[in-house]
Amino acid sequence: MVQALTELDKKVDEIVSKYRGDKSALIQVLIEIQRENRWLPKEALKQVSQRLGVTLTQIYHIATFYKAFSLKPRGKHSATVCLGTACQVRGAPRLLDNITQTLKINPGETSADMQFSLDTARCLGCCAIGPVMVVDGEYYSKPSRKEVEQIVSAKEIES
Amino acid sequence: MSKVTLIINDTEVKADKGATILEAARVAGIDIPTLCSHEKLTPYGACRLCTVEITKGQRSQLVASCVYLVEEGLIVNTESEPVTKGRKMLLELLWAHAPGVQALRRYGTKYGISAVRAGMDYGVIPGISSTRTKFDIEPTFCVLCGLCVRYCAEVKRRNAIGFIGRGTEREVVFLPEIASEECPLCGEECYPLCPTGALPLHHALIKAEYSS
Amino acid sequence: MPILNSAADLEKLRQQILDRDDRKRVVSVTNGTDGRTRNSEAVVQAFINEIKKQGLAGKLIVKSTGCHGFCEKEPTALILPEEICYVGVKPEDVPEIVSQTLAKGKVIKRLLYEDPVSGQRITRESEIPFYKSQNQTVLGNNRFLDMQKIDDYIALSGYSALARVLSEMTPEQVIEEVKSSGLRGRGGAGFPTGMKWEFCHNAEGEPKYVIVNCDEGDPGAYMDRSLMEGNPHSVLEGLLIGSYAIGAQDGYIYVRAEYPLAVENVDIAIRQAEEYGLLGQNILGSGFNFKITVHRGAGAFVCGEETALIASLEGRIGEPRQRPPFPATSGLWGKPTNINNVETWANVPLIINRGAKWFRSLGTERSKGTKIFSLVGKLQNTGLVEAPMGMTLGDIVFNIGGGIPDGKKFKAIQTGGPSGGVIPESLLNTPVDYEELSKLGAIMGSGGMIVMDEDTCLVDVARYFLNFLAGESCGKCVPCREGIYQMLKILDRICEGNGREGDIELLEEIGETVRDFSLCALGRTAPNPVLSTIRYFRDEYEVHIKEKRCPALVCKELISYYIDPEKCQACLICLRDCPAEAITGDKKIVHVIDQEKCTKCGTCLEVCPPRFGAVTKLDRVKVPEPVRQKREVVRK
Repeated sequence: MVQALTELDKKVDEIVSKYRGDKSALIQVLIEIQRENRWLPKEALKQVSQRLGVTLTQIYHIATFYKAFSLKPRGKHSATVCLGTACQVRGAPRLLDNITQTLKINPGETSADMQFSLDTARCLGCCAIGPVMVVDGEYYSKPSRKEVEQIVSAKEIES
Repeated sequence: MSKVTLIINDTEVKADKGATILEAARVAGIDIPTLCSHEKLTPYGACRLCTVEITKGQRSQLVASCVYLVEEGLIVNTESEPVTKGRKMLLELLWAHAPGVQALRRYGTKYGISAVRAGMDYGVIPGISSTRTKFDIEPTFCVLCGLCVRYCAEVKRRNAIGFIGRGTEREVVFLPEIASEECPLCGEECYPLCPTGALPLHHALIKAEYSS
Repeated sequence: MPILNSAADLEKLRQQILDRDDRKRVVSVTNGTDGRTRNSEAVVQAFINEIKKQGLAGKLIVKSTGCHGFCEKEPTALILPEEICYVGVKPEDVPEIVSQTLAKGKVIKRLLYEDPVSGQRITRESEIPFYKSQNQTVLGNNRFLDMQKIDDYIALSGYSALARVLSEMTPEQVIEEVKSSGLRGRGGAGFPTGMKWEFCHNAEGEPKYVIVNCDEGDPGAYMDRSLMEGNPHSVLEGLLIGSYAIGAQDGYIYVRAEYPLAVENVDIAIRQAEEYGLLGQNILGSGFNFKITVHRGAGAFVCGEETALIASLEGRIGEPRQRPPFPATSGLWGKPTNINNVETWANVPLIINRGAKWFRSLGTERSKGTKIFSLVGKLQNTGLVEAPMGMTLGDIVFNIGGGIPDGKKFKAIQTGGPSGGVIPESLLNTPVDYEELSKLGAIMGSGGMIVMDEDTCLVDVARYFLNFLAGESCGKCVPCREGIYQMLKILDRICEGNGREGDIELLEEIGETVRDFSLCALGRTAPNPVLSTIRYFRDEYEVHIKEKRCPALVCKELISYYIDPEKCQACLICLRDCPAEAITGDKKIVHVIDQEKCTKCGTCLEVCPPRFGAVTKLDRVKVPEPVRQKREVVRK
């Protein structure tokens, strides 16, 4: 556990140095930590606070204001369903129900075995081919219930 | 300091250049309702109660007087019909969260508001959660005026309390690690600023948590 | 790559590229985010492999392009110069395309677009009805460019507008040209671009900054994504020209978090431009310096608002601040800053190359040029449409969009995203124009156009938008945060069958205060979808409130799912798939839904075989009593 912390410390250090300790790069720094680590642990935030000279209250506001960040550990795989207007009128709520029922977790939650996290997005910009679901960066257009189940099992086997 | 002449409620007022309409009005003895404004803090412009109607040439506009700077020849009306109509609604919106608190009651009397508006969601009881919306908002009297947060950051520079989240999920929270160290040294200076009494209550809960 | 030190160098390079690629057939494969949902990356790879395999490498060029417009037909393979357009291409189609079309010019009929009405197969892309009435002056080049190759852009006279500006025009002349063109901001507000540049040019303070707003947050709009992915150089060139005119040397491109391919492509574009010396110091030997930083968003719709975007660039939360002062005089770090939308910047090189007079010849009296719309929703043909301002909504929906599929009726078209409104059928002859749309209570917005049919509940649409805004509002000011919250709660009640007399009036009253007292444009336009749906569909609200019914059968609490015992064939499919285990029945026994357990998820409706069609949605009040005795199925 201590070892993992040091690795994260080093990673954070690297990222902060890349942005030359510039306060205004705070959001970019957090984006990179989020990407590397899949979530923002408290220790990382404290380190960023010290290195950039930004108060912890400000960092927490930013980490909770912007939806790209997670303050809780996330699953190995991530699934996001677009709830943009175009997807909404073309059946996004059904798709959301399908993935929710398949994964047995609600949007915003992570499965107990830490395999999957499920989210909704306000619009992914794939409006002509909706409804859309993204799993680990791969986009799926109009997946049926069966296809959703297949995608999930394929990911489970992958793990 | 150069002066600027403007007209507030048909009265000629001379103000310092760089002053806000609210400051100029106060000096002239004209009372404009406020909630989030404080003389020791930078203007915030969040509650919008201080909104006034300004007229420049032919155009009229509604602006927040706590942040709008005075201009030569500006015509200001602090109680025009569009202003009072909106102010009443703002009070009703706040009342739905913090019914009957002192800070609102004084304006409530002036603008005729004394109960939660029929049809509005009454915030003290748990909000109705719907299958579509994902709210389950904890009932609280806090109206997010930000006075405590700003005082702690700007005046005390202790940064023990801050905002989190956004939109209807915005909240005020103490950061336990910082609050446990900083607050005892401060002496609860933020308490009297809170217009609804939610702050001392919340702090008491936090203290219980981090001392356990 | 050689550094280009003059306009002449650029022209020489262009000739070299044209000569190098001359007389080669090209296959442009749509490989943007849309295409990738349907395996376009594999299609591109298949072309590369197959061409090599058939010994045609060096004679053919494969281009990985952005959207051409008809995005729902992707992956499309466009063969040039013949303009043969194959739609829905799969990797297994590629060998035949290479051996027949690319090698011999023969057309493969089964891969052509089939007109759903006439049944005709159409060979050339521009003949497809979706494209026929379009005028793709900005978007059109997407099909000729590999997304990640600057040479393709240069071959199309890319950066020649910049070269001309730097060698022949003063900043003031550039501003005059843009002012004269009548170009207005394409991000939504429609503010005259030339005027905006002039304010910033005249403002005091150094250094000045320019920003590209690619935070495209309106759900349903993706024009900017397509430009940034498909033709990032057009935006860079526009930005360079604008910066020269304004007097800035630092540019920022703000791309929202949800557009990873756009970030990738713009990063590559910047790097390649730097290698040619089109970015950096002494560009084209003119003495003009410019550098660009790409900044990623982190998931906040409000950051599309100028002052919130600036706050985000400064590392702060995206809270808008009051205006005045405007960014043109006091923006990033308090310095004069000019922000424009992606599409606005992309129009600039065209105006310089073809002239303000040409631009003015398109469009209406006050809305000049073309606009790219994302035409999506319940429509036969969905995708990106670029049309001159002034085309009517009806023409767009029916001539280009092909009307409503599945025999359904048009109900409304929603424009302008969460700040916009709905337009009913009776007003479809309205020309697309900033002022004309405002008059109707809608707005042009960034260009999202969502078509809705009879199966859409407009009260639910209003609720959807408020729910969106409730979470996207920064939450600072009372009217927006609390007003939206209360309006949303009222709409929740109405959609759940708990609407009360006076609710509509209360919505209007709260809406007025939110509109007039909010700090920023998000709040000020938040009531629009509600007020607009009330304006044109008040009766729908009243049915929900007075009769507790949802005529479109959408609002879950007001509908029930019902299995018609006459049609049910007891196939067991819905019974097995019901996640609430609410269906009883057996192999020859009619299936019955237990209304108490039913969660209205709609699975049964989705899975019931179309030839049976036994599941329907009914008004809650109209559900017949369940059959008490088990009934045998009458097999048909």
